[in-house]
Amino acid sequence: MDDLYRELIIDHYKNPQFRGHLDPNDIHFEDDNPLCGDHIEVTLRVDGSGKVADGRFDGKGCAISQASADLLIESIIGKPVEDVKKLSKQDVLDLLGIELGPVRLKCALLSLKVLKAGVYGLGESSEALIE
Amino acid sequence: MTLDVNLLRQDFPILSREVRPGIPLVYLDSTATSQKPRPVLEAMEAFYRTNNANIHRGVHTLAEEATAMYEQAREKVAQFINAPSAEQIIFTRNATESINLVAYTWARANLKAGDRIILTEMEHHSNMVPWIMLATERGVELEFIPVTPDGLLDLDVYRTLLTRSPKLVAVSGMSNVLGTINPIAEIVRLAHAAGAITLVDGAQSVPHLPVDVQALGVDFLAFSAHKMLGPSGIGALYGRHDLLEKMPPFMGGGDMIKTVHLRSFAPNDIPHKYEAGTPAIAEAVGFGAAVDYLNKLGMQAVAAHEHEIVNYALDRLEEIPGVKVFGPTADKKGGVASFTLEGVHPHDIAQILDRDGVAIRAGHHCAQPLHEKFGITATARASFYVYSLPQEVDALVNGIYKVKEIFG
Ligand SMILES: Cc1ncc(COP(=O)(O)O)c(C=O)c1O
Repeated sequence: MDDLYRELIIDHYKNPQFRGHLDPNDIHFEDDNPLCGDHIEVTLRVDGSGKVADGRFDGKGCAISQASADLLIESIIGKPVEDVKKLSKQDVLDLLGIELGPVRLKCALLSLKVLKAGVYGLGESSEALIE
Repeated sequence: MTLDVNLLRQDFPILSREVRPGIPLVYLDSTATSQKPRPVLEAMEAFYRTNNANIHRGVHTLAEEATAMYEQAREKVAQFINAPSAEQIIFTRNATESINLVAYTWARANLKAGDRIILTEMEHHSNMVPWIMLATERGVELEFIPVTPDGLLDLDVYRTLLTRSPKLVAVSGMSNVLGTINPIAEIVRLAHAAGAITLVDGAQSVPHLPVDVQALGVDFLAFSAHKMLGPSGIGALYGRHDLLEKMPPFMGGGDMIKTVHLRSFAPNDIPHKYEAGTPAIAEAVGFGAAVDYLNKLGMQAVAAHEHEIVNYALDRLEEIPGVKVFGPTADKKGGVASFTLEGVHPHDIAQILDRDGVAIRAGHHCAQPLHEKFGITATARASFYVYSLPQEVDALVNGIYKVKEIFG
């Protein structure tokens, strides 16, 4: 198996655990990477204590963008929304466990961008969210 | 005459590099940019080592040599496309700037609200966005020759669009995604019969096919040196003599003027009228050397070689289950094979191939509207040139099988 396409990534791409859409939801945001047409939508439910009770992503794109979305949602369920706000680029790279060039980094970080724009309740996502 | 590809590959130093230790380069991205043969690299270095000076303004020996070399490159480029005279070749930065030059000078001097421009759905963004900008600014109307499902221009629709008196028809000679070689002579003839001016985006056709502007009858032709074995940073615009004489200047500055007073200037003669400031002189010299190199190979032989290789590539790609190749059959296209693989994003294909040194491109290749037309966001694209070998097609195909295995 190619180290770059670790089994983990292909696994989460082919058999995502958190693909879908929550309705009703407390947090909803979507965005795309126009360069390659990757698209990610995130929906979250938040419980009374401010923790992520459940989450789903939907979208299309390359293995890296979709797998990172699945891994990211998995990692935030049960966590306080305040902690989700603090997630960084490095957290996603740690989840993926691979090194990426600048072009593919955009694919990997799309879900984080969408997630953070959602939890901050912003009207649009921005690069600043993932720095 | 056929190309001795194994021999000519020795002229391209980069082709013998390894991408990573033990992994040789398989370069299948010549549509994005071509690699450069030694004569081009050497001509540029020799210029900097022995002749470097600014042009058109000095009287010293180096300035005269540099000017002569720059103007000689213009002659070579003119002859390469059979332009009636060298002054009809304007050096620009690239095909994109050449098209913008026409949009900012000829078009803004001649088009008004309600005038029509015919483009095609397969245009590269560089032959689309300048016209969208003009449409937004001026209220000019854009119309598009549709692309058929098999990747050809629908000339019946074109004939209908021509009945509405368009002022300009701007089409690519060859698609950078589908590889389609468009029937430029016929498109130009019909456009002229309808009273329109024609611009051909030759960014792909000039590097890959014999192009004769007089035989085609085209009014403007734009192309880039970097896609035809030359350096980046220089391109050309060919224009019909009377049009170039009449158009207003593009950018203002040194070299493009005859006389300057505090509140007025008189523009220089063509082509200098359109070349403001110090141009890419060493790059022009390299461009000339690239043209010499292509002439030595012969453009008929170049086209025949690419035809052979793309034919083989299509055969091999189409035998892979799940692969869909876009564009016409090999007889109607140049050395480009854009494809998708079921269930795998083109980025993933490109990245896995890169592990084996196979360089292809993935994305919309600056032709987003064309991809929308086919209902996809991206394709993987392998493209070929004079140095491409059938074994490289095999490496591509083996790589795709590996992708399939990984994504199983
Ligand atoms: C058909 C076509 N037109 C225009 C261009 C733009 O060329 P350049 O970027 O050199 O201006 C390209 C390059 O990709 C092309 O393939």
